[in-house]
Amino acid sequence: MSILVNKDTKLVVQGITGREGLFHSEQMLEYGTQVVAGTRPGKGGEWVLEGKVPVFDSVSIAVNATGANTSIIFVPARFAPDAILEAADAGVKLVVCLTEHVPVQDMMRVRTYLDHKDVRLVGPNCPGLLTPGEAKVGIIPGNIAIPGNVGVVSRSGTLTYEVLYALKQKGKGASTCVGIGGDPVNGTNFIDVLKMFEEDPQTDMVVMIGEIGGTDEEKAAAYIRQNMTKPVYGFIAGKTAPPGKRMGHAGAIVEGGEGTAEDKVKALEDAGVKVANHPEEIAEMIAG
Amino acid sequence: MKLHEYQSKNIFAEFGVPIPKGKVAATPDEAKAIAADLGGRVVVKSQVLVGGRGKAGGIKLAKSPEEAQKAADEILKLMIKGLPVRKVLIDEAAEISSEIYLGITNDRAARKPVFMASAAGGVDIEEVAATTPEKIIKIRIDPLLGLQDYQILDMAVGIELHRDLWPAFNKIAHGLWKAYQNMDATLAEINPLVITGEGELLAVDGKMVIDDNALFRHPELRENRDLDVEAESETEAEKHGLTYIKLDGEIGCMVNGAGLAMATMDIINYFGGEPANFLDIGGGADEEKVSAALRIILKDPNVKAVLFNVFGGITRGDLVARGILAAMKEVKPEVPMVIRLVGTNAEEGRALLADADMITAETLAEAAEKAVIAAKGEL
Repeated sequence: MSILVNKDTKLVVQGITGREGLFHSEQMLEYGTQVVAGTRPGKGGEWVLEGKVPVFDSVSIAVNATGANTSIIFVPARFAPDAILEAADAGVKLVVCLTEHVPVQDMMRVRTYLDHKDVRLVGPNCPGLLTPGEAKVGIIPGNIAIPGNVGVVSRSGTLTYEVLYALKQKGKGASTCVGIGGDPVNGTNFIDVLKMFEEDPQTDMVVMIGEIGGTDEEKAAAYIRQNMTKPVYGFIAGKTAPPGKRMGHAGAIVEGGEGTAEDKVKALEDAGVKVANHPEEIAEMIAG
Repeated sequence: MKLHEYQSKNIFAEFGVPIPKGKVAATPDEAKAIAADLGGRVVVKSQVLVGGRGKAGGIKLAKSPEEAQKAADEILKLMIKGLPVRKVLIDEAAEISSEIYLGITNDRAARKPVFMASAAGGVDIEEVAATTPEKIIKIRIDPLLGLQDYQILDMAVGIELHRDLWPAFNKIAHGLWKAYQNMDATLAEINPLVITGEGELLAVDGKMVIDDNALFRHPELRENRDLDVEAESETEAEKHGLTYIKLDGEIGCMVNGAGLAMATMDIINYFGGEPANFLDIGGGADEEKVSAALRIILKDPNVKAVLFNVFGGITRGDLVARGILAAMKEVKPEVPMVIRLVGTNAEEGRALLADADMITAETLAEAAEKAVIAAKGEL
């Protein structure tokens, strides 16, 4: 078991003919993910990656032809909101949007629409998901993680790689790693993923990697205190970030005194989460 | 991106919000001419992108064109919170009977825009929120449905606005909402919205912040942006597709990924140093980017050591190494450099750097410790 993606995932790649889309589709195929289709309006009927993946004009055609149940989005920011809605209306159950720099008002409209549909969005501005040994839906390098019993959820990309790699060095593996993304308005938050990990029999403990900005970590802390029976380890990035400055991620900003690392660490510790001082320490805590 | 008061108010006016008659001046003579055109009393207001302009002497009342000229002359010489005043707005002075706050921002937690109104206008709304939150009416707006008339009515009643003003208030609220939506604002604020002596509503001061990610829809705003609020190094970094934020410490950092860049700053601090900057070279950084990044870091005279932390995924270790070598040839750094390369093509990268005069580390903790010691000149 695992959460959200596994060997039954049948993936359609939106924007498969672009440089990033093509490169990462190849990586995902190599990892063993079932990449069953790609889309690019106007290129329906073509094949890419040495004839392994058919290209369709739209997601709905691709879903009808291949039975794809998950989509991943590699299109530029100005087209990403439309791509998310297209995937949602085409009937896939999971949409993973990697695109960075999507306007926040667009995301508020998209998210409000999705709230009325039976579909989950992960991202935008995220590295995607990895269930080691089963499926990679995104850009997390496959070789830095091994299968295991640690569930990982994070707002960041490379910082997550750091933690997966440190776990692997200690012989610890991940059940699933979920990058929820660094934007202020996203599809899936910490609580959504914590809940899934709590219910997943393969996951015995959870690592949660947060950062400054917003109050999602504080809400997650309240959830953990009331609902989680599995141990949670945490890390919060941005203790040294100056207030009022956006630290790379659109959502990583301390505004009006809200969203500080200090508040988040305190909330998590009060909920019984063991919070590490730096990313490698998480692996040390878990491996003992 | 923050907009100036005059830009914000002009946008509000386009959407039907009444604003005072006025114009922007860059010289005292222009200010005088504008004041003469307006006739009567005017307000001379510095246009800088910081709060607290009034307290800093950046807003003055003038009773004649000559007074306006003198006020403009004084204000245009000011530095307010480190920013030079390059323009002043000359507005017709309004008779103020009371002041209202009206603003729209993004409620992150609710994932919806929130409209706020308060009868306690004219002061810093964050202060009102902290001391007397009950004085602020908050209405969340469905981003698909938009602002509804009944919601505006709720606000008007909530702030005890006189019934005679409800139709004008409705028009202003709709105008502000349209300005917020059409311009991709993350903040659109009228403070104060004045009830004049004649019993009319007038947006005397305004503020807008535009979503940087939506500037592709507003190229005119991007071109006219005020570069004074950005450190020169930050503007330079942006040209190269880098995110750089200058800090006060002594250890320069170059990292791929925003979260990891923050974590690297934090771990420097954890081991007793202070980061000189935040720098994310992004995914898939190449030689050119890395080289530009190193030049920017080393321009900061406070930097006593540089820490490179690159976790290769999309970013390739060999390309990063080549960029570092190219940049080192060009800028000839005199400070110690600590590098940690992991992930895609890290071994090739390490081999390339073997002959360079650099301190290497296996783990992030080791790299940070070494950088802190190196910055003290003890390594």
